[in-house]
Amino acid sequence: MATEPLPFAETVRDRFPQWVIGAHCYRGDETMILKREGLLEVCRFLRDDPGMAFECLMDLTCVDYLHFGSSLGSAPLMKTPSPLPYFMRPKPTTETWGRMVGEDHRFEVVYHFYSLSRNHRLRLKVPLTEAEATVDSVTGLWQSANWFEREVWDMFGIRFRGHPNLKRILMYEPFDGYPLRKDYPVNRRQPLVGPVN
Amino acid sequence: MSIQAELLHAKRDSTLITHHSSLATEKRHMFLNVGPSHPAMHGIVQIITELDGERVVSAEVEIGYLHRGFEKMCETGPYNNAMPYADRLNYVSPLINNFGFCLAVERLLGIEATERCQYIRVIMSEISRITDHLTCIGASAMELGAFTVFLYMIKAREWLWELVEAVTGARLTISYGRVGGVKADLPEGFAERTKKILEEVRKVLIECDQLLTRNRIFIDRMQGTGVIAPKEAISFGITGPFLRACGVNYDVRKAQPYFVYDRMRFDVPTAEHGDNYGRYLVRMEEMEQSMRIVEQALATIPQGPIVVDAEGRVMPAAMMVDLAKAGATRDFKTVQTVPDPTLEGATKRLHTVINAPEKRAVLPPKEDTYGNIEGLMHHFKLVMIGHGIRPPPGEVYAAVEGANGELGFYVVSDGSDRPYRVRVRPPCFTIMGALSHMLVGDMLADMVPTFGSVNMIGGELDR
Repeated sequence: MATEPLPFAETVRDRFPQWVIGAHCYRGDETMILKREGLLEVCRFLRDDPGMAFECLMDLTCVDYLHFGSSLGSAPLMKTPSPLPYFMRPKPTTETWGRMVGEDHRFEVVYHFYSLSRNHRLRLKVPLTEAEATVDSVTGLWQSANWFEREVWDMFGIRFRGHPNLKRILMYEPFDGYPLRKDYPVNRRQPLVGPVN
Repeated sequence: MSIQAELLHAKRDSTLITHHSSLATEKRHMFLNVGPSHPAMHGIVQIITELDGERVVSAEVEIGYLHRGFEKMCETGPYNNAMPYADRLNYVSPLINNFGFCLAVERLLGIEATERCQYIRVIMSEISRITDHLTCIGASAMELGAFTVFLYMIKAREWLWELVEAVTGARLTISYGRVGGVKADLPEGFAERTKKILEEVRKVLIECDQLLTRNRIFIDRMQGTGVIAPKEAISFGITGPFLRACGVNYDVRKAQPYFVYDRMRFDVPTAEHGDNYGRYLVRMEEMEQSMRIVEQALATIPQGPIVVDAEGRVMPAAMMVDLAKAGATRDFKTVQTVPDPTLEGATKRLHTVINAPEKRAVLPPKEDTYGNIEGLMHHFKLVMIGHGIRPPPGEVYAAVEGANGELGFYVVSDGSDRPYRVRVRPPCFTIMGALSHMLVGDMLADMVPTFGSVNMIGGELDR
């Protein structure tokens, strides 16, 4: 894991050793995993440091790892590792990918940054437990976070501390539950709501 | 009710609520609902505006009326099943969505499409980009009263959609991309036909340019309205023509080339003021650049090895079936079947040219599936539940330049045959997030061109 160069993660780790859980580079995407307490501090550094200069928060989303590795659903469970790498041409490098946190961290809020001036990307992940599914809002740093965070709240029920207007964006207010969570059944129906005429 | 009529109402109401006392008149702001279903809205979206006279004081944008659960549906089926859903994200340029999703999954698998396939993807993406821009400019011009331009542009779009239809078999719901390749090769005579059509499209664009670019009414409505500063635009995560109209030169095709864009020579047009007029100019120029790319790609597209079989043995599919019935299947492993025009992928011999040589990810040609046991097994292993394309656990974010900006697909795999999580970064989502910011301070009537230049596509906005 330490063989690939991780320019951004190393810099951040040197500066904020207490917040960085780990880092890896998978398929050319550099990823840094961060404790949620340090999010704002690190984000401000990422945006304002001239060597980082991530002016743009391209994407913000969340992944629910509840059924990770056992999501085959109706399919017969095949626990064998994916056979693909043995057949690949060229052979994949020894890239490793891992979550680097325990199973109890059910959610990961994922930030994709892009630097216009330096033309590089970085992915930042903040693992959260179900009991404490709250993270600081980065709306004050990037305005694009406003709607992205509303969507994550809407779809996953992650609370963003300090968000100016944290309400549902794609679903309607009386909607019950968080549809992109893995324990929300795909075929669950909810009553249509609307003005009564 | 049109906006003009609503405005009349608004004026009448505001006079009603003014107190006629001699000393003080109470001034109140008025709320006006535009949408969810409104002729000037390009989809179903609601904008609740607070007006002071005709000036917009605040605006709240409500989205989500077209939410279909794209991301949830992707998790329920195998990788290739997401293709039809991806068509319906940006339904004006569905090919780009298809290829964006393919690119993400291919990166996750660690495979690369063949060179010819990448050229095809570039050509089809650029044709889609032209159709998208034509629709956007045409519709915005129509809303400003230039109906002729709309008809001209839709006419041109129709020609391009005929091209798309010739390649993919459908105009809109094309489902043309496949993980590791595309569904079928380009048809015969495609290059000549495309060149002819592009010439025609150029003529239409010149006509429209003459009608709009120096048109006093058009300029008055577009110039200086819907302004956004570059810094704001970046902070809002805006990309694409919208950002380039602010003078920021960012295009995924140039900055981080994918497919074979690094081999194409094209310019990234930018404007200065970040207003509606600038966005119009950028889109007009981008169409020209897209045509440039298509022409270059058509000129340099590699033919590839037509017959890839080591021994060069080719057999008509029907003969292969007959032999199989007789039990003579001994040599089938090394034999290629010849295209059968009645089955999908009529240019069968070219199939290996457009699809990555990775049997674990790429579907076999239909003739092989029906024609021999190897093909059938290959098909089975990719299609049946529990088999399928199985990327190793991991995640990837792949960005392509959609017609509206950066279209990103973030795919997480847990090693099973269906994506664990698919996230789309829709380009117009961030622009819509900034819309209220742009509307405030402008007149109510400026909402129409501003909203038109956003080019909101309900499918990708609400997913």
